Amino acid sequence: MTRGEFRTLMTGLAFTSPWILGFLIFTLYPVAASIYYSFCDYDVLSRPVWIGTLNYHDMLTDAVFWKSLKNTFYYALVSLPLGLILSLLVAVLLNNSVVGRPAFRTFFFLPSLVPAVALAMLWLWIFNGEFGILNYAMNWAWTKIGVFAAWVSAFFSDAPLHWPKPHFPNWLAEEQWVMPAIIMTSLWGIGGTVVIYLAALQDVPRELYESADIDGASTWTKLRHITVPMISPVIYFNLIMGIIGALQVFSGPFIMFGGSGPNRSALFYAIYIYQNAFEYNQMGYACAMAWVLFLIILALTWLATRATRKHVYYAGE
Amino acid sequence: MKQFFSRLAIYILLITGSAIFLVPLFWMMSTALKPIDQTMAMPPTWIPFRLYAQLDGERVSVKTGETLSAPAVVVVIKETGQKRIVAPDQVVKGRLVTRDKSGEQIKLPVTVVKEIPASKQEPWIRVTPEEVMAAIQAGKGDTSLVSNWDVVPQNSLVRERALRWDNFGKAIKALGVYEFTPRELANNWLGIVPGAWRDNLASSLYEKMSPKLKRIFSLNFTAYLKNTLILCVLTVLGTVLSSALAAYGFARIPWRGRNKAFVIALATMMIPFPVIMVPVYCLFRWAGWIGTLRPLWVGSFCAGAFNVFLLRQFFMTIPKDLSDAARIDGCSEWRIFWQIILPLSKPALMVVGLFQFMGTWNDFLGPLIYLTNQKDFTLALGLQFYQSQQGGTEWHYLMAASTLVVLPIIVLFFFTQKTFIEGISMTGIKG
Repeated sequence: MTRGEFRTLMTGLAFTSPWILGFLIFTLYPVAASIYYSFCDYDVLSRPVWIGTLNYHDMLTDAVFWKSLKNTFYYALVSLPLGLILSLLVAVLLNNSVVGRPAFRTFFFLPSLVPAVALAMLWLWIFNGEFGILNYAMNWAWTKIGVFAAWVSAFFSDAPLHWPKPHFPNWLAEEQWVMPAIIMTSLWGIGGTVVIYLAALQDVPRELYESADIDGASTWTKLRHITVPMISPVIYFNLIMGIIGALQVFSGPFIMFGGSGPNRSALFYAIYIYQNAFEYNQMGYACAMAWVLFLIILALTWLATRATRKHVYYAGE
Repeated sequence: MKQFFSRLAIYILLITGSAIFLVPLFWMMSTALKPIDQTMAMPPTWIPFRLYAQLDGERVSVKTGETLSAPAVVVVIKETGQKRIVAPDQVVKGRLVTRDKSGEQIKLPVTVVKEIPASKQEPWIRVTPEEVMAAIQAGKGDTSLVSNWDVVPQNSLVRERALRWDNFGKAIKALGVYEFTPRELANNWLGIVPGAWRDNLASSLYEKMSPKLKRIFSLNFTAYLKNTLILCVLTVLGTVLSSALAAYGFARIPWRGRNKAFVIALATMMIPFPVIMVPVYCLFRWAGWIGTLRPLWVGSFCAGAFNVFLLRQFFMTIPKDLSDAARIDGCSEWRIFWQIILPLSKPALMVVGLFQFMGTWNDFLGPLIYLTNQKDFTLALGLQFYQSQQGGTEWHYLMAASTLVVLPIIVLFFFTQKTFIEGISMTGIKG
């Protein structure tokens, strides 16, 4: 190494030092310690005691662990595809040259700015069993449809139409409705994804649509065969980020349901890790769970990459 | 024609869609500006209002009570001065026929104050002046006040839009108040002043404070806001500085092993937070920092991989010739970084700083793990604490407090819209 090279190395290291320091203290050491703790019985107050793979064995028989895993997968499997499709549709709509486009974009984007705590408060209020605006709106819409249906049916028969009065869910108290409620709140925050899609859509060459128009392609055909393939790298990016994010959901459900919900229906994987670590003082078990989460994320990312590899199109290649 | 309909469809979809997205926000603001009885009403009230009635020739804002759809009389029981609404046949020759607690029939002398010709078609309603209601709820109502109501025809009430802006002040108070002493001032506000001076400074400052200022300082909200702002300033500063430094090292200095280090940096982005959560907590515990703000900002001075990556991409686009020319002129690497690269990278630095601000403002898990004293809480944690304490009945206060947490972010967004949108698209596309 010449003197010049050495000096460059030193300058380089000096500039990079904040990251190097952070890497050593806040990544390398914690990762190593976390692996170690995951094989220990550790309650923070006393020294960790090596127990081998017992933490991992315990997970197999821990019903709450499985429940939290099931809840998290349920959430991810529904909210992720719905969110991706819905935000793509909104982005495609916004990509038309309409009057007031920036305003519309802002309207869809604003909710995604709302902090998790405020978001949780707001939706608790919207889902409220007695005075919730959601059930009121659904009831209102249902009644109006009933009036319309009665009007239509009067043309065909003299008998008055029997319009059922449904039982609207008590979102926060009924076990089977808790997850749909949480998914609804997540869909409210798709604004960020919409903006990412929108940026990608603006890079799709206009000529492609023009030549498709000449061939008489329908809107659906253009969406399916031009838009989606052209922005597939961004869809792939959103999918991966979505998987990582969905499996780590914490704040919203934690605040809305205090970390549990009716029959643990709002117990997410990350919440259970938090509870083990800071409420039950089982740091070792929490670390083991975190590593399992990491492996799940890796596996799903790998799967998603494999499954989409043939369909992701990079213009540069 | 076909074009016209497709455009119409686009507009209809956009308008309905954005309405659905905005209604929850509108509902939050609307609830924040209502009195409590209007939050608990079905059908819901969209625009907060006040009801006015003519009482003794004066226009008074009132709260309503029960509705009467059959004739009745208002009587005052002579003995106690108590005012009651009774059926007309209950009053016989100036005496009210009723039953006492044990079920015995009794006759009380009364004076008839008002005869109410209410009917199903023209119901009457009991009204109480809003001030009286407030006094009774505050526990200040004596018997004379409690009888201060009247019955008027329902259709004589006038409804006017009225927003209760004072809900915001009340909500802030509802978050909690503590006794503000020179000690509190020294411990919570003058932490950076060296220990020897702190107490003296605190007591002399305390004496100069006006009572109003002291009241402001005694609010939990003020402490929450202060903590949040301290964290925002420190983390934004730390993130922007450290990430820019590290990104410069990765982008513009060709040191040996740089690419390997950068690959490691990218790889660390894969590690989910729960994996490092426990050891990092133990680390801060070992340092004795649990229950202080330090664990929440110290880390930001160690550049995070994602921001380093973003800034590196940006720095790479700045022509190399610029630094080479400066180097020939004898510029040090530090000066090139500070005086050439940083000023050119303002948009990218803005994005990083803005997102960090949002991240800190919104963060819930971090404060939840590390903060133990209520006076150290951030706004997010303080709001959640209030909600979990009072169990959720004072929805107007909860929504007002939530609005206070949301509003700064929304205002910030409107001022920095371009940076925001560019930043988000940048993170998406470059990834």
